[in-house]
Amino acid sequence: MGGTEMRRCLGPQWRGGGATVLSLVLFVGASLGAQAETGRILRVGARTAYPTLSAAVAAATPGATIRVAAGTYRGATTEIRTPRLTIIGEGWPLFDGEGQRELIVVRADDVTIRGLSFINTGVSHMEDRAAVRVIESSRCRIEANRFRDALFAIYLQKSFACQVRGNDIVGASRDETSNGNGVHLWYSPHTSVIDNHVRGQRDGIYFEFSRGSVARGNVSEGNRRYGLHFMFSDSCRYERNTFRANGAGVAVMYSKQVTMLGNGFLDAQGSAAYGLLLKEITDGTLAGNQFAGNSTGLYLEGASRLAITDNDFTDNGWAVRLMADAEDSRFSGNVFRANGFDVATNSRTLRSSFEGNWWDEYRGYDLDRDGSGDVPHQPVRLFALVVERHPEALILLRSPVSRVLDAAERVFPVLTPSLADPRPLMRAPR
Amino acid sequence: MSALSLVLRAGLRDLARNRWLLAYAVALGLITESLFFFGGTGDQVVLSLLNATLLLVPLVALVFGLMHVYASREFIELLLAQPLPRRAVFSGLYLGLALPLAAAFLAGLGVPLAIHATRGGAPWVALGFLALAGVALTAAFAGIAMAIALRTDDRLRGMAIALGAWFGLAVGYDAAVLAMVSAFGDWPLERPLLVLMLGNPVDVARVLVLTALDASALLGYTGALFRKVFGSALGPTIAVAALMLWTVVPFVIARRRFLRRDF
Amino acid sequence: MIALDGIRKAYGTRSVLAGVSLGLVPGRVTGLVGPNGSGKTTLIKLILGLARLDAGRILLDGAAIDDDGRYRRRIGYAPQAPRFPENLSVGEVFAMLRALRPDDASDESLLQDFGLRAEWDTAVGALSGGWRQKVSLACAFLFTPDVLILDEPTAGLDPIAAGVFKQAVRHARDAGRTVLITSHILSELEELADDVAFLSEGQLRFAGPVATLLERTGMRRLEPAIAALLGGLRVTQGAGAAESPSIAHPRRA
Repeated sequence: MGGTEMRRCLGPQWRGGGATVLSLVLFVGASLGAQAETGRILRVGARTAYPTLSAAVAAATPGATIRVAAGTYRGATTEIRTPRLTIIGEGWPLFDGEGQRELIVVRADDVTIRGLSFINTGVSHMEDRAAVRVIESSRCRIEANRFRDALFAIYLQKSFACQVRGNDIVGASRDETSNGNGVHLWYSPHTSVIDNHVRGQRDGIYFEFSRGSVARGNVSEGNRRYGLHFMFSDSCRYERNTFRANGAGVAVMYSKQVTMLGNGFLDAQGSAAYGLLLKEITDGTLAGNQFAGNSTGLYLEGASRLAITDNDFTDNGWAVRLMADAEDSRFSGNVFRANGFDVATNSRTLRSSFEGNWWDEYRGYDLDRDGSGDVPHQPVRLFALVVERHPEALILLRSPVSRVLDAAERVFPVLTPSLADPRPLMRAPR
Repeated sequence: MSALSLVLRAGLRDLARNRWLLAYAVALGLITESLFFFGGTGDQVVLSLLNATLLLVPLVALVFGLMHVYASREFIELLLAQPLPRRAVFSGLYLGLALPLAAAFLAGLGVPLAIHATRGGAPWVALGFLALAGVALTAAFAGIAMAIALRTDDRLRGMAIALGAWFGLAVGYDAAVLAMVSAFGDWPLERPLLVLMLGNPVDVARVLVLTALDASALLGYTGALFRKVFGSALGPTIAVAALMLWTVVPFVIARRRFLRRDF
Repeated sequence: MIALDGIRKAYGTRSVLAGVSLGLVPGRVTGLVGPNGSGKTTLIKLILGLARLDAGRILLDGAAIDDDGRYRRRIGYAPQAPRFPENLSVGEVFAMLRALRPDDASDESLLQDFGLRAEWDTAVGALSGGWRQKVSLACAFLFTPDVLILDEPTAGLDPIAAGVFKQAVRHARDAGRTVLITSHILSELEELADDVAFLSEGQLRFAGPVATLLERTGMRRLEPAIAALLGGLRVTQGAGAAESPSIAHPRRA
């Protein structure tokens, strides 16, 4: 699978230049000579032979290291077509786009960019202007750079197995139409996006058609639209990321076998904001995530066969909203605490199951002392159904009348869906 | 010292030794303590306390206030037979009732919270709003109790009116609002609903605490007005102002009655 | 001198006082008598400003009483059923009254004579009815008022305390103060009262010296004299002669 994908994505580069055979020979030759060339260092700076990065790149041979001294660099976009270059900033050299242009475009494999800072690409409504753009290249490493006020910070298109790690990205927080994404992947499979910090962009991290990628340990907060936005990207993993106070939360759509472990989905507030929105997702795993302070914690639409376990839902308006077309998902070991509504749904029959979760509203007992309550818990409250039909009634949240409705439903459970947790936990799992 | 403060002082001294008031504070304290004891976290405790506050505080203020005024009838006559202005006597009596009730509420809530707050992470804003809401409800319903007691000398009748007022404001009002929402669900109800909430001190108190505790839920509603009101300091500001008004209105009504009536 | 001039008072549609005129003279004790519901307590409350007049005037030394209430400095009042905040001690009640009227000289002689110092730290709520009455009377006499208005003052008092009280009333009268007393116990009024005012169904049936009343009815005691007065009323109303020995329950007869 990986090979097919690689050929599909890298195809244009392999065809480029016309002589595929020659390219192959050059590639092999370069690999053989790598040992000798690693030592070669070019220095960029005011009092060196190379006043601009472009000049050094033009002079560099594959495998060279370019060290960029502190200072501000303006002028034309640097295009890198030489493979295996390593560009390292010393004392945060500043690349200023002067509101006019992209700063570095990579069209070669195995390029590393580290320790640079980029500002001010300017806004363009004609192109997705990026501070660093990687086109049809493999195994690039974009590490520990700083981005300020870039339309797009890091843009990977049709590239393969790159690493984007430890970058600090602060956007200009403009509104959606004149703002771009922090880390943008388009047809770039097997990318690792790790430990970056993104804020003030449109989408913090954006994956599209980028299967088999990993996002780990990133913090994406205060972005105008999504903290993480991904579509059509199967078999991806998201681990230990923190998404906080993004305009619309996190949206994961049209993908299979997505694994999300130990992430924090926090403080997404608004009528169209979701801690995590899952749309047309199948066979995924959500485990050990924290959903807190969201208007809607987890929203499932057309999502099926998901294992949703050991997550913590605290202080959300709606912890979980299940649309009628969500099928065969299993909720177990989750904690529901201090939410406005634990589970809401637009349907009276649900095809998802809840078993062995902890509900703070559970009022049952455990006579046989097996750790789970002897009376099933019905997490969909009558008042929640009323609010689904008449959203304005929300203003009566936590009123004695809403309690009366719920108590009546508990005594005569005829209205709310048949959904019930047959073995609610007596103690909250840690 | 002014007549007001002297009457107030006598009232405070009297109620400071009142067993029912002590029982009220202890009961609130036990409720709060048990919420922590059964492993509640900050927000859960505030939510449960909100339920207790919305139902218990008005009920206690009404019943206790009514009994207190009826029991003080002869004392009021004695005071009014002194060369004192009626206004001062009334203010002293009102504060002498409302302040001890509010103090009992704050003590019942505050002592367990102070003990457990050292665990950290307490939702201070929500707790502050809850304390404010409880004190305002106490003041409002103490005033309503006085107005009822000054309107009817028949204790049984007075108690019936007080319980009716309690049920009406704590449950009936919202039930009617809910019925209205169901009946006129197709109409734009956002603005009328917000206005209706201001018409009942119990609702104002509840919504005030919600702005701190359930802002995420309130912002989940699609209406622009909710977003405007609850997405900023506007909501809490309006709620606090309305609560202040609600503490003043029953006071003024009861005072009018007090100044005019025959004893 | 207190003068009631054609005072009227109704509660709702129920007329309680229908045009009463009465003078209370300094240096004399006036006994106010009448059946239950005849308007005695209402009359007292009107003088004190606890209730408002519908019509008429009440003059204190020639000046009409008003809402200002300062005239009440000159009146000492003991209500019919005295109750104080029950968790206050006896001492605290007196301390509060003194603090409320810091400019008025107080006279503790009745307080001493009743032996109230012995109960100084007792909560009023723990006192018997008799002791509460003593507290109430001591309060009324505390600031040596020009006018004493005492509603059923001896109710619950033991004979010794009643003696002390009567002595205090005589003392006040001899000092030239105006005293108004209501009581069901006519023998007691007989001992104390110089004048008697008899109220029935909102109207004054008799007002004048006790001696005049006895003379007019041909009786030697106040009780049968009042009964005769009441009986005469009933005769004139055609309700048949009444020989009730008590005016407290005239309709029971």
